Amino acid sequence: MANTLDHKQNFLKGIIKENPVFVMLLGMCPTLGVTSSAFNGLGMGVATLFVLLMSNIVVSLIKTQVPNKVRIPAFIIIIASFVTIVEMVLEAFIPFLYEQLGIFIPLIVVNCLILGRAESFASKNNLLASIVDALGMGVGFVIALTALGAAREILGNGSIFEFKFVSEDASTFILFILPPGAFIALAYLAVVFNKMTQKTA
Amino acid sequence: MEYVIILIGAVFVNNIVLSQFLGICPFLGVSNKVSTSWGMSGAVLFVMTIATTVTYLLHQYVLVPMGLDYLRTITFILVIAALVQMVEIILKKVSPPLYQALGVFLPLITTNCAVLGVAILALGMEDASLLKAVFFAFSSSIGFALALIVFASIREYLELADIPKGMKGVPINLLVAGLLSLAFLGFAGLV
Repeated sequence: MANTLDHKQNFLKGIIKENPVFVMLLGMCPTLGVTSSAFNGLGMGVATLFVLLMSNIVVSLIKTQVPNKVRIPAFIIIIASFVTIVEMVLEAFIPFLYEQLGIFIPLIVVNCLILGRAESFASKNNLLASIVDALGMGVGFVIALTALGAAREILGNGSIFEFKFVSEDASTFILFILPPGAFIALAYLAVVFNKMTQKTA
Repeated sequence: MEYVIILIGAVFVNNIVLSQFLGICPFLGVSNKVSTSWGMSGAVLFVMTIATTVTYLLHQYVLVPMGLDYLRTITFILVIAALVQMVEIILKKVSPPLYQALGVFLPLITTNCAVLGVAILALGMEDASLLKAVFFAFSSSIGFALALIVFASIREYLELADIPKGMKGVPINLLVAGLLSLAFLGFAGLV
């Protein structure tokens, strides 16, 4: 059975070796769509982490009860329920973030990362391993989104987490907070990430 | 005139892929050949138009009167998943050649966020009517097709290009998408 070392590796693989954004290219729509600032990226990452964790827990608990043929629709309903919870909580308590993320909150449902982990991991492993897997993948996603959001905010707005470090009238690369900047920034981040992981490997 | 504005708006100004970031997965995933990108575009056009029609009616006549607005996400995704299955079964029976062309792409569409995204966006349009919502979905899928096919054509040329080692694969594709998006930014303010 799995020991602590396995759990540690299971956790780390989501952050580095199988990073959902840089390596597996899962969940690209929210990655590109909401990362115009570090705070938005972090918010989206945490919302996704919560849904991923809860859906992995439930899927791993009910995996023996669900007939194989209807498992995908069942997984989708589980995910959609948690997304609805996130949507309502954000609207009630963090309306600012709710406005900013907009349509990408209901779209967490179709984030291939979540269904992918439910199908390929939680439906085959025990509860503890599924929780560790969800945490690893979720944290990897949070890191990627926050890094991309921070890079775009620094270049595009001269600030980080709303803290401005250039003078008000300084000109910045506005391109990076516009849509094309998302693609370009992610392209270069992916190059850097590949370079870094190749060195350690 | 209103419809012309919707069409131009959805295809060029607010292109769902290049400026709204919906449907990025198929955009990056099935764009390595021009022929497959035509197939995917056809399937999206088909499903997106039908799905928006159904979800719009469902929202207007079932969810809103019964005060179940908060169930929007769950019902829409279920309707879309069921619809994709149904379209697949009907196509197989009614038009085998079309099924041959679109078949492999249909299952992929359930998790295509563009379909769910457009269904939700269509509800938020100003003084939306059924016809406008459906036309908006149709125009959005034309926008998707345009972006996908242009991108696939560029990628076919990239196969032959001499690309620095670190940029090969994902990064160069993202850069190309960024430049395309930059080009589409030029349409801003047109409508």
